[in-house]
Amino acid sequence: MPDRPLAPALRPFDAVGGRTIAVVDSLGRFGTFFAEALVALVTPPFKLRAFIDRINFIGYRSLLIIFLTGAFTGMVLGLQIYLTLVRFGSEAFLGPAVALSLIRELGPVLAALMVTGRAGSALTAELGIMRITEQIDALTVMALNPMRYLVAPSILAGLITFPLMTAMFDVVGIFGGYLVGVKLLGLSTGTYFGEMQTFVDLGDIMVGFWKSVSFGVIVTWVCTYKGFNVGHGAEGVARATTQAVVLSSVLILVWDYFLGSILQ
Amino acid sequence: MIKVEGLTKSFGRQTVLRNLTLEVATGTITIIIGRSGGGKSVFLKHLIGLLRPDAGRITVDGVEITGLHGRALDEVRRTYGVVFQSGALFDSMSCWDNVAFPLREKVRTPPDELTKRVEAALGQVGLEGVGAKYPAEISGGMRKRVAIARALVTEPEIIFFDEPTTGLDPVLVNTIHHLILGLHRRFRFTAVVVSHEIPEIFEIADTVAMLHEGRIVEIGPPAAIQASANPVVQRFIKGEPDNNS
Repeated sequence: MPDRPLAPALRPFDAVGGRTIAVVDSLGRFGTFFAEALVALVTPPFKLRAFIDRINFIGYRSLLIIFLTGAFTGMVLGLQIYLTLVRFGSEAFLGPAVALSLIRELGPVLAALMVTGRAGSALTAELGIMRITEQIDALTVMALNPMRYLVAPSILAGLITFPLMTAMFDVVGIFGGYLVGVKLLGLSTGTYFGEMQTFVDLGDIMVGFWKSVSFGVIVTWVCTYKGFNVGHGAEGVARATTQAVVLSSVLILVWDYFLGSILQ
Repeated sequence: MIKVEGLTKSFGRQTVLRNLTLEVATGTITIIIGRSGGGKSVFLKHLIGLLRPDAGRITVDGVEITGLHGRALDEVRRTYGVVFQSGALFDSMSCWDNVAFPLREKVRTPPDELTKRVEAALGQVGLEGVGAKYPAEISGGMRKRVAIARALVTEPEIIFFDEPTTGLDPVLVNTIHHLILGLHRRFRFTAVVVSHEIPEIFEIADTVAMLHEGRIVEIGPPAAIQASANPVVQRFIKGEPDNNS
């Protein structure tokens, strides 16, 4: 049946309705994609080689950037917190202040943002190119589930590597703060680490752990979804990569706030 | 036998396939010809289950595939080999691993037999010794031949070729056509080839079907197609533009 043209007064409603349906449809596909990846993740055959490759791709190759950003974040924190605390004669609390900032908040968030920029964008671009060159279709018609080969190993690798990289970021950051607070500004080593042991408990570490686990899932989920559903040609891959990085980064910050509120 | 009945597909307001009906006999080479943008690749994607029709049905050896999902569809696909227009080789793997991939993952072939079959498949397409190279390191014609070897290595009952000679020079076009014909004579698979290499493709065809504006407008042996009185077919064969193009 041919579509009848809408009355001009109804067109804004038509546009809003169409947009709403598109958003709901997109959210539905996003959720279904994750459900399919989870099914592929928990049902054999498991793709161990693909999983190890993803650990290398997402985790190992991101180590340099994690060490660099971790060290300088800790150093900046050490300097700024020391300069603030010294006004109140409370510089002894530099160690716990640096450690708590890193372990609860900055470690998981900054490590996730860094890995999104380095590995997440590459993941989207790689899958996007595989999509436009029909490599994903080739897997499908070989009766091999692309979710099992390409998506599930990435999500599992994200789940494992993000907490590990966050832990490394935290440790390097704490030593960055030590370098500035103790070696440059003259605080004693015992004060820096001793007060840290007093004020940082397992609960703080678990907050950072749960954040990094959830960021690992969010980043790999968004980046693989965007790569899988890329548009046409090089422009489509470029757009999907940008969208993946922006959406992952925004979701990391939004989810960080909500998780931070829940896990006080 | 592949039987297509009343296949209809639209993307938005554009109807690409209109009540398309076709039968492909087992063990034959059927060529689908038609102008670029005429729906040939969309039709092929329906046959291999990558697209679902709005109406109509496709049966492969008596199994209706249009309503199948997941494992049931994969069971049918296990009898398929597909050569994509771009080759669709995995660029992170060597040519050897590309050919070995379906054997390793789909058939779970033991290592000794796998090596024999991969070497044999590469030999059948005239590519002995290039297995160690990556797809980016070989020419377009060689990539197509590796793609044919990958499609052939599991000895499928049906092979779909999506414009296997696009972008190749006339010598390579001829080489690929005769390669398909030679392999078909040897393995007796059913072949569905989407092509617009006119008139070269007629040499290897058992049946030619002309797809125009979403319908099969003419079907028959190559000689009958070449002698067709249908002006659309004649214009296409002679390379004359349509009145409306």
